[in-house]
Amino acid sequence: MSALLEVRGISKSFGGLQALQDCSLTVEDGSITALIGPNGSGKTTLFNIITGYVTPDSGTVTVAGADVTGARPDQIFARGLGRTFQLTRIFGRLTVLENMLVATQRKEGWLRSVLRPAASELEQRRAYELLDFVGLTRLASARAGTLSYGQRKLLELAYVLVADPAVILLDEPAGGVNPTLINQIRDRITELNGQGKTFLVIEHNMEFVMSLSHQVTCMHQGTPIITGPPEVVQSDHRVLDAYLGGADEEEEDDVAVG
Amino acid sequence: MPPVAAARPRLVVAGAWAAFAVLLGLFPVVFTNPTVTTIGVFTLVYMTAAVAWNSFAGYSGYVALGHAVFFGTGAYTMALVSTHWNFAAGYTMFALVPAGGVVAALMAIPFGLIALRTRRHTFVVITIAVFFVVQLLAFNLGFTQGSSGVQVPTPTWGATQYNNSFYYVTLGVLAFALAISAAIRRSRFGLQLLAIRDDEDRARGLGVKVQRVKLLSFMVSAVPVGMVGAIYAFFIGQIFPQFAFDPLFDVTVALMAFFGGLGTLSGPLLGALVLEPIQQYLTLQYSVGSVYLVIYGALFLLVILVMPRGIVPTLAERVAARRERTQAARLVGEDPGVPPVVDVGSPVGASR
Ligand SMILES: Nc1ncnc2c1ncn2[C@@H]1O[C@H](COP(=O)(O)OP(=O)(O)O)[C@@H](O)[C@H]1O
Ligand SMILES: [Mg+2]
Repeated sequence: MSALLEVRGISKSFGGLQALQDCSLTVEDGSITALIGPNGSGKTTLFNIITGYVTPDSGTVTVAGADVTGARPDQIFARGLGRTFQLTRIFGRLTVLENMLVATQRKEGWLRSVLRPAASELEQRRAYELLDFVGLTRLASARAGTLSYGQRKLLELAYVLVADPAVILLDEPAGGVNPTLINQIRDRITELNGQGKTFLVIEHNMEFVMSLSHQVTCMHQGTPIITGPPEVVQSDHRVLDAYLGGADEEEEDDVAVG
Repeated sequence: MPPVAAARPRLVVAGAWAAFAVLLGLFPVVFTNPTVTTIGVFTLVYMTAAVAWNSFAGYSGYVALGHAVFFGTGAYTMALVSTHWNFAAGYTMFALVPAGGVVAALMAIPFGLIALRTRRHTFVVITIAVFFVVQLLAFNLGFTQGSSGVQVPTPTWGATQYNNSFYYVTLGVLAFALAISAAIRRSRFGLQLLAIRDDEDRARGLGVKVQRVKLLSFMVSAVPVGMVGAIYAFFIGQIFPQFAFDPLFDVTVALMAFFGGLGTLSGPLLGALVLEPIQQYLTLQYSVGSVYLVIYGALFLLVILVMPRGIVPTLAERVAARRERTQAARLVGEDPGVPPVVDVGSPVGASR
């Protein structure tokens, strides 16, 4: 195994608030890596930096050996890094199927990719396959804004998959989702991982994390405090302390991109 | 993949468009009064501008209030090129109409690069600011001849020939603008614009090159506006900075699109078709140029209160709801024929 995604010495402060402090993380090719830690410990901020939504004050992000620090979100996506958001973000006034067709194919020239029908037959078929994969086929022509929270999570996962990214970053995929759907999401992740997809998953649900991941990193106040196999991290006293020490911050924001 | 039931509304929609085209084509044949055909030309000018404006603002959600820059650019292109190159006053001058569109599109590049860095309210304010800067330039630059304006060669055609020539050329430009708007909706480009409207940052994270998409859309929407600007200059025979670059143009065009239905194909068409003749009529009737503004304001309020999303989406929704309630087959025949309701068959059809 080799490092597909590497974060080295990332720091980021918002005004006086140090959201990330010398944060380093390695995601092995083909692995499922979990990122845990109390609210406000900087997990989402790290995602935002990796995916180009936020520029770090210092440090580097490399994908498959290439330095992508400071690249735009669309460039990061073109490198094969797809993500979901903590509070799901779908295109509410488009249909579910149209949502599936927004992600651009990574290997196509831009002007060519844009000046053609919204979806080729192949893309439509692929979109339907993925909708089927997450169990949303019958809602294909529904307005995405009418979906339930859990369905939105599934849709977001599905439309990220359309462009076949190599690494998928999931920000609390099980958060606020009912148990049946949580199992469905877990099964989908396991299945995709079996097909060779790499995952970096932020999640609080310990059972979910334990049953899924190969490696777990726990963040505390913007710094990873321990990295290791799930059993080891779970029983480490520092992790317990971090969670019991109370949340670093009372509020829990999703991205506020400017 | 589309269900069988969709086939018939689509046929109805196609039929409505065809009927609409025939009506517009026959209009100057039926109404020969030059006053009426003059109103016809202006109505077509605004229909074109509203359709083009909507192909950017309606799809992307960026409410631009600076398209008068493109209108004025087209007008000055027509006026300056025809005088400097001594064009004979005649049909050859219509060759400058596409030129007006091209120069407007070029103008959209710096304009867009400045304005499209911002969003929402800031964007609206920036477009207005850029508009006033450009108007000021038209007043003060040497080659625009400032406030004395520019005379445009005027053909010595009879009234009917004069108006009909302009009418049919403008109708052609309108068809062009509609074709562009429809093509955008069916393309991946249009899908990306609609995605930008719903959540621009999310679209970026899915690989959509949002700045390029927005700029291209801004440029494309400038083309028909520049073309009708050129027609306007030629039609009027002289231009002044304050009329070529008219702040009311922006408000009017945006209002027309809102009125008919933002983001729909037929909405802006309908909005201009209703509002522009009213404005022309009131201006002629009362010779007070500003009476129509009061009427506009009242209409705008009414629409916002009763149908906040515009006429076409509201009607389309009601028709759809009714169709759902009753048996599908029976009801289709009772649909209001003209104007055509939102294109049902488009893969990028969902838009309100
Ligand atoms: N755009 C931003 N502006 C200001 N503060 C932010 C911004 N994004 C995150 N923060 C702050 O950074 C800290 C880390 O937040 P976050 O990364 O969302 O934590 P987590 O995802 O681990 O709960 C929090 O205190 C949060 O309020
Ligand atoms: Mg978070």
